[in-house]
This record gives sequence, C-alpha cells and structure tokens, in this order.
Amino acid sequence: MLAIYRKEMRSYFINPIGYVYLGVFLVFSALLFSYTTINAGSYSTSSYFTFLIISFVILIPILTMRLFAEERKLRTEQLLLTAPVTITGMVLGKYFAALTIYVGGILISCLNFIPLYVVGAAERAGDNMALTHIGPVTGEILGSLLAVILLGAALIAVGTLISALTENQLSAAIITIGVIAVMVLLNVFNRLTDSDGQPLIGSYAVRFVLDWVSVMSRFSNFSNGIFDYAALFYYISLAFVFLFLTVRVYEKRRWG
Amino acid sequence: MIKIEHLVKNYGANCAVDDISFEVGEGEIVGLLGPNGAGKSTTMNILTGYLSSTSGKATVAGIDILSNPLDAKKLIGYLPEQPPLYLDMTVEEYLNFNYELKGCKLDRAEHLGQICDTVRIRDVYKRVIRNLSKGYRQRVGIAQALVGNPKVIIFDEPTVGLDPKQIIEVRNLIRSLGKEHTVILSTHILQEVQAVCDRIVIINKGKIVANEMTENISNAVEKSRRFNAKICGPQKEVLAELRGIPGVAYAEALAERDGDAITYTVESERGVDIRKKLFYRLAEKGWALIGLESLGMNLEDIFITVVDQSEQKKTRVARAERKPRRGDRVTMEREVGAELFEDAKRQREESARQDTEDDE
Repeated sequence: MLAIYRKEMRSYFINPIGYVYLGVFLVFSALLFSYTTINAGSYSTSSYFTFLIISFVILIPILTMRLFAEERKLRTEQLLLTAPVTITGMVLGKYFAALTIYVGGILISCLNFIPLYVVGAAERAGDNMALTHIGPVTGEILGSLLAVILLGAALIAVGTLISALTENQLSAAIITIGVIAVMVLLNVFNRLTDSDGQPLIGSYAVRFVLDWVSVMSRFSNFSNGIFDYAALFYYISLAFVFLFLTVRVYEKRRWG
Repeated sequence: MIKIEHLVKNYGANCAVDDISFEVGEGEIVGLLGPNGAGKSTTMNILTGYLSSTSGKATVAGIDILSNPLDAKKLIGYLPEQPPLYLDMTVEEYLNFNYELKGCKLDRAEHLGQICDTVRIRDVYKRVIRNLSKGYRQRVGIAQALVGNPKVIIFDEPTVGLDPKQIIEVRNLIRSLGKEHTVILSTHILQEVQAVCDRIVIINKGKIVANEMTENISNAVEKSRRFNAKICGPQKEVLAELRGIPGVAYAEALAERDGDAITYTVESERGVDIRKKLFYRLAEKGWALIGLESLGMNLEDIFITVVDQSEQKKTRVARAERKPRRGDRVTMEREVGAELFEDAKRQREESARQDTEDDE
C-alpha cells in the first residue's frame, strides 16, 4: 500500500496534473478569498468556503480521473493486481495519495487567512472601545476547514469509484463532474421560488430528501459557525461507502 | 511446484478454459502452446491471481492462489502479454517501485544491479521508459518479473514484436533463468518452445490436447520418411530406378530444376531408411546426387495434426455423449416416421398416377 501511495504521489508531480491542480486551486482560492472577504469588507469566511466547495465540482475530478482509468488503459493494473498487495491496499494507496494532494492544497491556501488577520488586527488597534469582536473568528475557520477537508475526502472517494469504472481519463473526469455537481448543488433546487415567493418544489418530503442527500446542506452549519459532528460522520461514511464500492468493482472484475 | 487441477474459466456463456490440469516440476521450463484465443493467457492470468477461476484449483508450491493470494503472489514473477510499464517513469524508478511493491527484502542496489546485468538494461537505467524501443521495453518488463527473485516466473508471449536478434537473446535469457527458476511461457511460435522448453503443453479451445516432453515431439519430427532428392540424370530412367529400389513406397518428379538436376520426392516404407541404398544405387548408375533434404513432419504439421485430431475427437465425443432416449419415445418416433414415410409414398404414387393420366 505504501509503495502504491508513493508511486501515485510521484506520478502527480511527474505529470503536470499535480501542478495544474495546485496552481489552479491556489490562484482560485486566493482570488475568491480576496473578493469574498477583504474586498467585500467582511470578516465572515462562510461565502468563501461555500464557493470553494462549488469549485470542487471541477477541481476534484482533475485529481481522481487518472487514478484507475489510466492503469486500466495501459494494462499496468495487471502489475498491481498480481503483486502481493490486497485490492483494498491498492485502492487506499491511491485514494490517500489524491487526498494528500487535496489536503496539501487546502493547507497551503490557509495562507489566504493571514491578510484577514492583519486587517482585523489593524482595525482593532484603531478602535479600542469596541464591544464586539473585530476580525475573523478562528474557531469558525478551523471548523470550516475540517469540514471542507472531510467533504473533499468524500468527493474524492466518489471520483475514485468513477475512475475505477471507466477506461478513459476524460470520460472519468466528465462523469465525476456530473456526479459531484449533483451532490453539491442538489439542494439549490430547494431554494428556487416562483414569482409568489413559494418554493418551486412544493413537497416537503422531496425537499427533505434533497437536503439530506446534498453534501452542501450539511456544510451550512459550519459556515454559520456551528461544529456539526453528524455532518462529519456523514462525510466519513460517504467516503467509506464509495471506497468500499471501488474495492468491490475490482473484486467483481476478477470474477468477471 | 505448480499444480493446476480441473481449471475452468467462463466468460459469460463463453468458456475460455475448459477443465485444464497439469503440473510443473521445480526448475522445469514448460511452454504453453496454442493458437490465438486458445486460453493460454487466461490460464496464466488465473495462475497469477489476476483473474479468478470459475472452478478448479491452482497452487504454487502448495499455496492456493485463491485462498492465500498474498503468499502465492510473492512466489511469482509475471510478465503479461503487454508489459505493464509506467511510461512516465525512468527504468530506475520503475524497478524501485517494483522492489517496494513486492516487499522485497534483498539488498536493493545489489539485487537491482544484478537484474539489470541479466537482462542487459544497464545502459538505459536512467532513461524514461516512454523513450525506449520495443525491445528494451520488453526487457524492462522481464526485469520487473525478476524483482524479488521469485521461484516461479511466468512469461506471456515474451518474444512478440522483437527483432530476430532480440528473440534469440530473450530465448537464451529464459533458458538461463530455467536453471534457478521454474518457468512457464506461452507462445504460438513452435520453434520457440522447441528451442527453450523442457516440456510442451498444447492447448486448443480451452482444452489440453498434448502434454509431452520436447524430446518426444522432436523425435517424431526427425523420424520422417519423405525426402526431396536432387539427381542429375534422364528423368524417366531415374524415376523408374527410384521406384525399383526396395523399400521405396512412392517416387515422383517435381517440376523443379537446378541446372541439369531434377528434384524428386521419394517416400520410404514405414521403418525403412532408404538414404544409403539410394546413394549407392545412383552411384552405380553414374547419376550424381547433389542434394537430399528431409521433408519430415515439422512442428507445424504436428501441431496442426494434434489440434485437428482433438477437434475430431471432440465432435465424436459430442455425438457419443448424446443421452439414449427412452424406449417408448423411440418406438413413437419410429411410428411417426413410418407414417410420414407412408404419406410420402402415397403422395408419390398419386402424382405418378396423375402424370400418366395427363399423358393419356
């Protein structure tokens, strides 16, 4: 498993994909951060994180598309599957490699918060009499970061499964974009209203299900500053289920 | 070392491997021979744990590949039909990855160095695999199979796509590997197994049709009874003379000339060697024998014969296996058949009568 993990990590940086992902992610997150906080004159990071998650619709498929599809196309999976490694080990090695790049990107993007703290400190220095807290709320940021990381872990597991199902990187990427878009944006439909201000989806049951399935609706607590254990557990379960399915795909193929 | 028992593999309704059993002893080089799509690769993929068999058992050194895949896979080095190379790695990175992947415990630098010397890829060690030629890629693939010094090495068509010189090199390499390892290789090239293997297992349509030591098959090749002889002399007389030699079953002139010599095909009777007699008889007559070439069955002939025989046998078996019908059904069919026969007879008679009436 460790050998496969190391190989995947190396291949992210032999190929341009690792650089492309990190470059695009960091530039985008920096721009997004400056527009949603400093430029908007706000200390709240909730819209930053919300838009960041929407960007994952495009970014996460970049990370996951080649994990298995490429191996299958080049027949190198034969090497991995005939080596003394379990299928679970192989899947986890690849998954954690993608996750490492993802978490690495998130951690580097934490540099974005520094200017906000600087601005906050400057404002506090000029206004000693303020009764409310001025500047970003560290607890809210940390909670949101953890949630974003776990949400990403779930989405990467989805991408991993789709990559294992396809033989072509491009189709893996496109299908993953579609699936993640649905998972992230599903609860948008709940907010749609007609001209009278009534929700477009009348049935409460449907709205409830859409909310329940959507990974985004579970994130809203974090962006409101609430640390939601249930949501974290939900994300971890999702990751587990999709990785389990990936292992089953390979088991199944062996018996095919 | 390797034991395959009643292996069956179905792909949906398609049966790729149909009840194959054979054994390979330690230090033996065995060639799996068969036409394309015979089930060679499938057998190897099952043996290496890449596929699971539908039924049957495959063990390596007594370890079942299905129930204990990790231990069994440690004993096997495998070169699939298409070498599993990561094109964007250098040879060095690739072999190191394999070293880690296989959990190798040997001294890394020494072991990998040794492998590079064995397959002669030291001069491309630092190069990216994408830029290597087919021959070098194949050798890197072989190197990959040798990492960890596995007891069993399995090669799936190792010489496909190589030039003649490389083919000879790879064959020599496999021969030398056979001294320390158990080797199974698959091919559809007959000379290859003859050159390399101790034993030949011929597979056709998922069944074993022959499992013989190479020597036996070679002997069959050598005991040929047909020759092409190039003889200088008047055609009719030579032919008559040839047919007159005791032991000659058949002689015929071919429309093939070499100067004043004509080529004749001569076939001897079973168990008779006519070559010496032929020589002395021609010498007596003063006709020069300038060429004598054995036309014996070559491996291709044997292969085709064996495969054809197996197919005939199969159809015979298929007919024999038909279940006997119960007695009452047979009599019933016979009755129905008789009725139909009577009907047809009556119709024929009627039409004949009509014909004669029309004539009248």
